Amino acid sequence: MLQRFRENKSMQGTFLALPTTLWLFVLLIIPLFLTMVVSFGQRSPDGDVIYSFSFDNYARLFGYSTDCPDGQASCFDSLYVNILSRSLTLAFNTTLIVILLAYPLAYFIARSHPNRRNMFLFMVLIPLWTNFVIRVYAWMMLLRKEGAINIVIGWVMNLLNIPYTPLEMLYTPGAVLVGMVYEFLPFMILPIYTSLEKIDNSLYEAAADLGANAFRTFLRITLPLSMPGVVAGTILVFIPVMGTFIVSDILGGRQVILVGNLIQRQFLDARDPTFGSAASLILMVMTLIVTYFYTRKFGFGEEIIAA
Amino acid sequence: MTSEFAVEMRDVVKKFITPEGNELNAVDHVTMQIKNGEFFSMLGSSGCGKTTSLRMIAGFEWPTEGEVYIEGKSTGHTPPFQRKVNTVFQSYALFQHMTVFQNIAFGLEMEGAKESEIKKRVGRALEMVQLTGMERRRPRQLSGGQQQRVAVARALVKTPDVLLLDEPLGALDLKLRKEMQLELKALQQQLGITFIYVTHDQEEALTMSDRIAVMSKGRVQQLATPVEIYERPVNKFVADFIGESNFLEGKIKHISGNEALVHIPVLNAEIRGMPMSNNFVNGEEVSVSIRPEKIRIAEQAAKGEGLFQAKVLTSVYIGSDTHVYADLNGTRLKVMEQNRISRLDPSSFYTKDQVITLVFMPENTLILKKD
Ligand SMILES: Nc1ncnc2c1ncn2[C@@H]1O[C@H](COP(=O)(O)OP(=O)(O)OP(=O)(O)O)[C@@H](O)[C@H]1O
Ligand SMILES: [Mg+2]
Repeated sequence: MLQRFRENKSMQGTFLALPTTLWLFVLLIIPLFLTMVVSFGQRSPDGDVIYSFSFDNYARLFGYSTDCPDGQASCFDSLYVNILSRSLTLAFNTTLIVILLAYPLAYFIARSHPNRRNMFLFMVLIPLWTNFVIRVYAWMMLLRKEGAINIVIGWVMNLLNIPYTPLEMLYTPGAVLVGMVYEFLPFMILPIYTSLEKIDNSLYEAAADLGANAFRTFLRITLPLSMPGVVAGTILVFIPVMGTFIVSDILGGRQVILVGNLIQRQFLDARDPTFGSAASLILMVMTLIVTYFYTRKFGFGEEIIAA
Repeated sequence: MTSEFAVEMRDVVKKFITPEGNELNAVDHVTMQIKNGEFFSMLGSSGCGKTTSLRMIAGFEWPTEGEVYIEGKSTGHTPPFQRKVNTVFQSYALFQHMTVFQNIAFGLEMEGAKESEIKKRVGRALEMVQLTGMERRRPRQLSGGQQQRVAVARALVKTPDVLLLDEPLGALDLKLRKEMQLELKALQQQLGITFIYVTHDQEEALTMSDRIAVMSKGRVQQLATPVEIYERPVNKFVADFIGESNFLEGKIKHISGNEALVHIPVLNAEIRGMPMSNNFVNGEEVSVSIRPEKIRIAEQAAKGEGLFQAKVLTSVYIGSDTHVYADLNGTRLKVMEQNRISRLDPSSFYTKDQVITLVFMPENTLILKKD
């Protein structure tokens, strides 16, 4: 038996994967299954789950409503669809802005002197030493009406003798976007840096040797070869942005409600775990679909431009 | 082509600041003229400045002093992509995200060639390096030798005036190396393009080159044809670096035209030889060099000028030759004899402690500057 185990590589593999598999089974598969079961149930008037097999929660999410203004039996209510599409849009925008900010910085770090690279990477990571929530609160301090940004602008305007009423920046979609971009920037910088850093200098020289100027070298060599980093970074940013509720909670207040907030409120305030479960699953499916098409399109990041 | 020389380096110096903070002349007052259509090699041990010289021609580095001319025109700070030279990199530097076809087509696309033209020229380049049928593979899916050919094709498809090759065969095993040496040489002759070839393998340089620049510590020690370099090295470094040599140290006693007499203290005798420099002075310390295959072992013991008694240390039979290591008054010499006659009789081979007479012919005895 032991002998067979020593010789059989796939058996060893199974053995090594066992703890993780168990872990995932207990903490992912089972809860997911339970969530599914609950999502088909209904809320009893006193907030308990009545198990059944009804699609009501899903119908409600996609706009089916029985609470209609002019006595109709059913009508379309865009509330939840709006939340879903707002979350999707925000995740797209955040990811896009994060890529645009992270890429040049990662490029700069990857091409800087090796002695200095570690210091720059260290600086990128420093914010992560502070708790996520605290960092979001810090943005609140900056964006408030009496916050640092308004104070500074106020000073400047005062010096220029221009009248200034402090801007309402907090509790706007813009504030949430800024917070998201800030929170997730490092998760894009690191993978892009890693893939850029792997590109051998001789490839840049070869491209120049064959007649490519800096711009074309970037388009044809640097960008395609760093796509795996962009893809990895996108996944690391897009998925959590879709799900997080803290940033929108603190910087968006009641104005910017995302799926994350919706789910959180169903479980805590509204005490409707069945609807919360349905929303969770829809969030997961949406994320999976986007990720699936994204990775299918960009694959390993090869040849997007070369083709 | 306007100039006689494809590439010319005039008094070029390249200084680097080393990580330790010292100034280093990686290339130190190098002057060389590389003729059109020539197979030119830079040969030297590691760190002697071969790659740096090549990179200055390609445009990846700029000289600290002096100037590089391509086709008679000063290059100044012309960037690499505007020079009519192309490079085959030591590590090949193939684009892993592109197919073989795309790799080779890259340079043509950068010129703005039409698609039909690109197809035609890439096809011809693939034929030239015998890779037809592999155009859709990725570099990773090729053997080392095939990758090397892609690198050559990618550079040659641009029809450069000069092709620069930085130890292009360094990563290949010996057999493939030899094959590729012949192929590259044949390709160069067929195309008539100037090749500047960097290697630290002297045999490779001797086999392939029309002319060789032997380099050491950033300087050109000798620039000549393979035969001249082997038969008429200008100094001890070159004689030592190229092929094998026996050295004896001595002082010039007398010099007249193309013959000189050198006193060798360890032998307490004079040796007659050919001076390899025309500014020797009487009494100058020199090295006397004789190649192992140019020392003859006399059949009978004899005494006289150019004849020396030595004791056999070991004799190694290697099939085509016999290598005899002999002790000549405390100096170890290597003598190579060809086995021209088939024999088995043990008494016909040299044995340890046997006393033999070595013959140094003046025309085989080179008197060298001590640099
Ligand atoms: N960018 C650089 N900065 C500092 N020193 C350098 C740099 N490039 C090369 N050198 C130094 O210059 C010298 C010549 O280097 P070069 O690469 O030209 O040698 P080489 O003859 O090609 O050697 P090899 O056969 O090992 O490739 C070496 O001592 C090297 O350490
Ligand atoms: Mg080198």
